[in-house]
Amino acid sequence: MSPYKNQVGQSIPKVDVREKVTGRAAYIADLSRPGMLHGAVLQSPYAHARIKGYDTSKALAVPGVRCVLTGADFTEHFMGAFIKDEGPIAIGKVRYVGEPVAVVAADDERTARRAARLIEVEYEELPAVLTPEEALAPGAPLVHEDLASYVKVFDAKFEGNAFSCTDLSEGDVDKAFAECDVVVEGTYETQAQYHLSLEPCGALAEVDANGRVHLWSANQSVFRVQANVCESLGLPMSKLHSMTPKVGAGFGNKMEAHIQPLVVALALKVQRPVKMILSREEDFEMVRARHPFKIRIRTGARKDGTLLAREVETLLDGGAYADDSPGVLGYSLLMARGPYTIPNTRCFGRVVYTNKMRFGAFRGFGNGQVAFAGEQQIDEIAHRLGIDPLEMRLRNAMRIEEPWFGGQQVNSNGLAECLEKVREKSGWGRRARPSRPGVKVGYGVAACAHISGLLATSAIVRMLEDGSFVLSTGATDIGQGSDTVLTQICADALKVTVDNVVCATPDTDGSPYNWGTTASRVTYTTGRAVAGAAEDVGRQIKEAAAKMLNCPVGDVELRDGGFIGVKGSNTTLPYAAVAGFTHWASGGPIVGSKSLIYDAPTIDPRRAVAIGLPFTRIGVFSFNALVVEVEIDEVTGKATVARAWSAVDVGKAINPRLVEGQIEGGIVQGLGFALTEEMVWDGGRLANPTLMDYKAPGAVDVPYEINSIIVEHPEPDGPFGAKGVGEISLVSVPAAVANAIFDAAGVRLHKLPMTPERVLTAMLGAD
Amino acid sequence: MRGDEGMTTVALRINGVEHSVAADGRRTLLEVLRDELGLTGAKRGCNQGVCGACTVLLDGRPVRACLSLAAACAGHEITTVEGLTEGNELTPVQQAFVEHGAVQCGFCTPGMVLTATALLKENPKPNVAEVRTALSGNLCRCSGYRKIVDAVVAAGGAR
Ligand code: FES
Ligand code: FES
Repeated sequence: MSPYKNQVGQSIPKVDVREKVTGRAAYIADLSRPGMLHGAVLQSPYAHARIKGYDTSKALAVPGVRCVLTGADFTEHFMGAFIKDEGPIAIGKVRYVGEPVAVVAADDERTARRAARLIEVEYEELPAVLTPEEALAPGAPLVHEDLASYVKVFDAKFEGNAFSCTDLSEGDVDKAFAECDVVVEGTYETQAQYHLSLEPCGALAEVDANGRVHLWSANQSVFRVQANVCESLGLPMSKLHSMTPKVGAGFGNKMEAHIQPLVVALALKVQRPVKMILSREEDFEMVRARHPFKIRIRTGARKDGTLLAREVETLLDGGAYADDSPGVLGYSLLMARGPYTIPNTRCFGRVVYTNKMRFGAFRGFGNGQVAFAGEQQIDEIAHRLGIDPLEMRLRNAMRIEEPWFGGQQVNSNGLAECLEKVREKSGWGRRARPSRPGVKVGYGVAACAHISGLLATSAIVRMLEDGSFVLSTGATDIGQGSDTVLTQICADALKVTVDNVVCATPDTDGSPYNWGTTASRVTYTTGRAVAGAAEDVGRQIKEAAAKMLNCPVGDVELRDGGFIGVKGSNTTLPYAAVAGFTHWASGGPIVGSKSLIYDAPTIDPRRAVAIGLPFTRIGVFSFNALVVEVEIDEVTGKATVARAWSAVDVGKAINPRLVEGQIEGGIVQGLGFALTEEMVWDGGRLANPTLMDYKAPGAVDVPYEINSIIVEHPEPDGPFGAKGVGEISLVSVPAAVANAIFDAAGVRLHKLPMTPERVLTAMLGAD
Repeated sequence: MRGDEGMTTVALRINGVEHSVAADGRRTLLEVLRDELGLTGAKRGCNQGVCGACTVLLDGRPVRACLSLAAACAGHEITTVEGLTEGNELTPVQQAFVEHGAVQCGFCTPGMVLTATALLKENPKPNVAEVRTALSGNLCRCSGYRKIVDAVVAAGGAR
């Protein structure tokens, strides 16, 4: 037997990788139940219209159609993570093109889709608001007339179509600007980005003889699915059993509800299993996307480069439903100062209803948008003052002991090391710009921080009869590898190898509560719960062993490989013996657990003022610095990233290869955001809801040379020191690319994506 | 499929086994594989021939099952991810995907593995550029491609 190695810190293959390479992994579309029907949805053709009536007779007459539901079949129950403004289907009026208006269940998918198109709906069109500016105009039509009466889970500031307004400030901004030697000011715009989880959303529901609903769906949280379905259909939570198959990626789009409530409603109505899988177009048109931001920002510094003040104002398009928007707004403002010492900062933002699909959580959660603006201004100031942009960031980097904007204590901070690492690895100091004929080359840098944390989580570890373990957390692995990482944490804490621990599939009946796979939180928050539960089990193992060995508990210890040893002696007991003893003789089976909620306050009222902030306890901080080398084709204006170096302070890499996977994947999704991806509306209609017309990066569009650099400044209460890595690497990308474009071509882009046309236009304008 | 006229029976040879399946003029190979034969390794990512998640091999060459009409595949040897190995074995490509961390959500993986398998048959030791080109029609939203490219290069043994 090879000697036992610590399980944490090893690049162990993912626990589900064999299932996935062999094609046996079952995703929602691969599931099937006896007697199962297939669902299809009819979508609204109008951006804003009153529904006058339905005629479902033609659809019901199609052979094989078993059930049709319209808004008339639902009573008013509302869901929403922050503001309860959304039903399971359009009721009374439609608020965006593509909104579900009716659903069908039929014997097969083709029949269901054909029948859905035969449902007739009478509409009375209403004037629509398609941009935040239109929505804010005096006398603009209201997207939600009843906003004031909706249940809100925080102290929301709202007015008209603006459903959440947030103010944050620290220091004396006006006085500080007056003391600045250089002030830069600008407006920036970012686009709607589509998550493009390769697996489209879907769900399968089945009702048992007791009326209990069993639901499988593509999700990032079985518990959020349970909450959303029950809130929007008025069901008690005990009636809904939410489970997960394998999930074909998330990035935010599967955190809150998509079509789960509709599928459950169909199953309840027909009393047969119903599955519905969205087409790619439907997934584009009716799930959610990244918020378009408009940002006005001003930053000031002294001659020596010391940053003194920043002021930020943002306007977000929220789409037709609030979804995660208040959170995205509040979080983006908390991040808008960047990871720098800027003692005087003032941020104000609004998110506004429009007659478009909802915008919601997407990897970065608003941070990438504000970084695109703020990180360009750091560069502009450096340029104006003749300071190297990387040096400028090092000089202003938050000191280790310094609190975050708002006053929260930061307990680990590897920002300076991240900056130094990318400087060294990219050869920043001796970077050449070997511009070839027709090609301009430039380097850009950007830095950011991002949190991991938020809300509640729990873990249960059970010892089986043979001394192996089952770990339950309720955390959905969306592909990033959390099942593997949590298994490693549990195994290491119990000094066994990962093959002695199995990670149970999330299931609201069997798993303890987990808010979800979001906010880069699973490794940090759930990992803490797992470490705590494993420690609880370890304590019980020692107690049982002490009883078996007739010695004080203080004399026994866990030993590598799954043994109990008596301190100072060679006497050992295998875990199997302890498990047998507790199962069959004394004490009872060992079950350990740990529950926690992230509760360190974000705002210190002695330092900062916060109004309308929905999250008041956000999490711990990871840090990132990114350098990119960009080539611009002078004829077409096309900017390509040739190489990238990204250093991320993750506290401790539980599984370094999975950490690299997160960094690489985040950078490439960030490159799509920076350079090519854009959802475009033609009036109220999404004009490019297909992968042909929406250009996401393929293997040849992105650099092969993405250098992931892991930096480890341990988080004191993180599991083995770990903190999050899921989102952070995306955040810096648009800004770093924009800074490299400036370095190459001397032009500043204020609008994403930085398409060839925009780059070329800027270059021509500059000549 | 109910409610469709013009159903005919087509003989398809899939993973070395003959299947007789019902297909009208519109029925795609992807529908037959997934809905009729329970071979769900091929995924429906777009149904428009763009994402590559539905890739299968037709006489050893990668094709998009969502664009291939089932009736047109008669007389050809079809290989899906399920047909690559027997039992619990892995092919060298699959093994390299495991070892290089080339899998995240896994939704693109069957298509990637099949495309890579076809490439290595034609070009047993591809370099990075050749692998990137060969995989350019298979979208992956999770990995950033780096580890997939490394896995395929390693499976070919070149560097
Ligand atoms: S499903 Fe066939 S290419 Fe996307
Ligand atoms: S691993 Fe998720 S799409 Fe490739």
